[in-house]
Amino acid sequence: MLFQRYRRGLFITAFLAAPVTLYLVYVISPYIQAFYIAMTDWRGVTATPRFVGFDNFARLFADGIFWKAVRHNAALLVLLPLLTIVIALFFAFLLNVGGGNGGSGGLGGIRGSKLYRVIFFFPQVLAVAVVAVLFQQVFRPDGSGMLNGPLMALGVEPVGFLSNPDVAFWSVLGVMVWQAVGFYVVLFSAGLASIPRDMFEAAQIDGAGRGSLFFRITLPLLWDTVQVAWVYLGILALDVFAIVWVMTDQHGGPDFSTTVMAAEIYRNAFSYFRFGYASALGVVMFFFTVGFAIISLRLSRRERIEY
Amino acid sequence: MTDTPQNITRRQLLRGAALVPVAGALAACATPASKAPASSSAAPVATSAANPFGVAADKPLEVWIFDGGFGTAYAKDIHQPLFKTKYPQAQIKIESTKEITKVLQPRFAGGNPPDVIDNSGANAMDFGALAQDGQLHDLTPLLDAPSWDDPNVKVRDLLDPAVIEIGTYDGTFSVLGYVNYIFGIWYSQKAFRDNGWQPPKTWDEFLKLCDTIKKSGKMAPFTYAGKFPQYLYEPLLTLAAKIGGPEVLVNIDNLEDGAWTSEPMKQSAAAWAEIGAKYLMEGTAGLDHVQTQTAQNKYKVAMLPSGSWLENEQKTTTPADFEYGMFPLPDFTGSDKMPYGTLHTSPGENFIVPAKGANPQGGMEYLRAMLSKKAAGDFSELVRTVSVVKGAGEGRQLSPGAASASKAVTAAGANTVTYRWQTWYAQLKDEAIAATGELMTGGLTPDKYLERLQKKADEIKGDSSIKKFKR
Repeated sequence: MLFQRYRRGLFITAFLAAPVTLYLVYVISPYIQAFYIAMTDWRGVTATPRFVGFDNFARLFADGIFWKAVRHNAALLVLLPLLTIVIALFFAFLLNVGGGNGGSGGLGGIRGSKLYRVIFFFPQVLAVAVVAVLFQQVFRPDGSGMLNGPLMALGVEPVGFLSNPDVAFWSVLGVMVWQAVGFYVVLFSAGLASIPRDMFEAAQIDGAGRGSLFFRITLPLLWDTVQVAWVYLGILALDVFAIVWVMTDQHGGPDFSTTVMAAEIYRNAFSYFRFGYASALGVVMFFFTVGFAIISLRLSRRERIEY
Repeated sequence: MTDTPQNITRRQLLRGAALVPVAGALAACATPASKAPASSSAAPVATSAANPFGVAADKPLEVWIFDGGFGTAYAKDIHQPLFKTKYPQAQIKIESTKEITKVLQPRFAGGNPPDVIDNSGANAMDFGALAQDGQLHDLTPLLDAPSWDDPNVKVRDLLDPAVIEIGTYDGTFSVLGYVNYIFGIWYSQKAFRDNGWQPPKTWDEFLKLCDTIKKSGKMAPFTYAGKFPQYLYEPLLTLAAKIGGPEVLVNIDNLEDGAWTSEPMKQSAAAWAEIGAKYLMEGTAGLDHVQTQTAQNKYKVAMLPSGSWLENEQKTTTPADFEYGMFPLPDFTGSDKMPYGTLHTSPGENFIVPAKGANPQGGMEYLRAMLSKKAAGDFSELVRTVSVVKGAGEGRQLSPGAASASKAVTAAGANTVTYRWQTWYAQLKDEAIAATGELMTGGLTPDKYLERLQKKADEIKGDSSIKKFKR
């Protein structure tokens, strides 16, 4: 018996060894090393960095640009999930139940909903870098821009979507929402599909309109999925990098108006060659992310509705 | 099923074997580790007049070229063959990348950098960081070596003194600029001729010309690479130096108190803010250098500030009869400290020899070959630009833009200015880029603009972790 158990342990170990090894080498160990590098003045090229204690962290508190980046991340953390979930829920509802009694008699989506579902998913298929370059062209400030072209044809002053520091952040947010919505439409559609049809029918027989169908039936029964979406989108908002770095002028500009934590870490490491300081920023970002994870796990502990 | 002890040992062995690389990987991941220095001088070769650095004839040489506006053909077709004529046994590997930092920084951290690097472009490695860590080979022996062509002429005498000044870090000459970048305002000689416009000699004439062009309705007067406002702080600083003398820029480089908020800087910032408010092509703030330069090629805008690489960069979109021309910054007042024709010139395409490379002697020899008359002349012709080697362009067929820039340099004589803060202090550069964009779009007044840059300069001055330089 004992031997059997030993064999089983060995079997499991054999399977886990490879992934755990990879995880240790490429995830855990760099994290630990980052904590060490954060306490040195390493500039990336020497083999013998000097230990400076908490100097980098002290410096970080006076770094106006980094805190600007933190504020942008915080704004994204609130706005990105909110907008994405509202829009995605609305679309998912329309695609699945919003059509009311279709010609066939059952509950269904609005006409052409299958086609829309595919179209909504398109942005998700594109690589982030592709999206960023694409939107650089969409946002071009001259007549060749997809948005400014028509505006200028109508005689309106062109909008500096990426070149006006007051507008640029909203452009970034818009692109992120545009890219995220498709996936959550599909996610919520799947959630809706698992809600028993007769619940909707019963509500309809009782005279519920589209509005009350959505708020009384759909939303409460989808609450679990919405929470998952919130956590995913929150993580997306905290570690946003590629969209900002590729799409915006001066990597997070103009005038640092779109910069985010990850962009500042990259800038400090690879253009200022302050790897020690960049690691310190990374450590701070690590604690922000862990903090967010703990809070969201706490808040999402809620009883499930069984059906 | 029977389990023999052998079976278990085999598994343990496998498991043990799997864990060995883990330990190695954990130790070598991101943190730098000092290694025993590479045996760079296995058997030192005697130096001689023909071989001043003691190059081992058969030692391989690894060269990395920045694949930017000049491409890489000049290294493969001009420099490598020339080096080969002298060292036919040496294996030369020419590599190229647009991402110098990403590719080569890990090699420095790992202690095995290549032998020659063209550390240029937007993703170049920070010279300050390299110098601070003693990663740059002292190139003084190169200056004192006889030139490739003539044993009686030292390399030092071939070079513009600015090359040596700019390439000196901590009192050691360690960076060789190969191209002489000449900055000015660029225009189409054809467009100016056809419309009867004249390159302006004074700032008033410049403003009048902008007005004339604007009123003509044919094109916008002025633009710059709005996404990269460093294209605009260049003429702003040069104009300030013209008004107040080269020390305006020296003070900025040395992080002196109030260097940015000096009177000449205020005049220049106000002058350029006016251009930004009145004469810019629509949408300038959101366009990059290629888009604005292409607009100029399409005769949508008359003038833009740039450097002598412009003509080569635009060769595919320039109409055949466009005829690039360049004029220096006009006189601001009658009492400017520096005369008309003053230019900002700066050596670029910065070549370094890493101190910890395997073959630094070969690296220096490669640079000596590059500085030969033939290599530099062929280079100028191929990439339509001006090299730092004196007289290398003589008797060569120069394109209109390169000819115009060369003429401006000759006319300027000793009246050239330069600044180095942007390569020394990358943080200050980013702040200047951000603030200059704001100045030109009206988000900052000239005074607030300079105060903001002064504040950043003071911050850097007080930050003990940033290495300081003096000129």
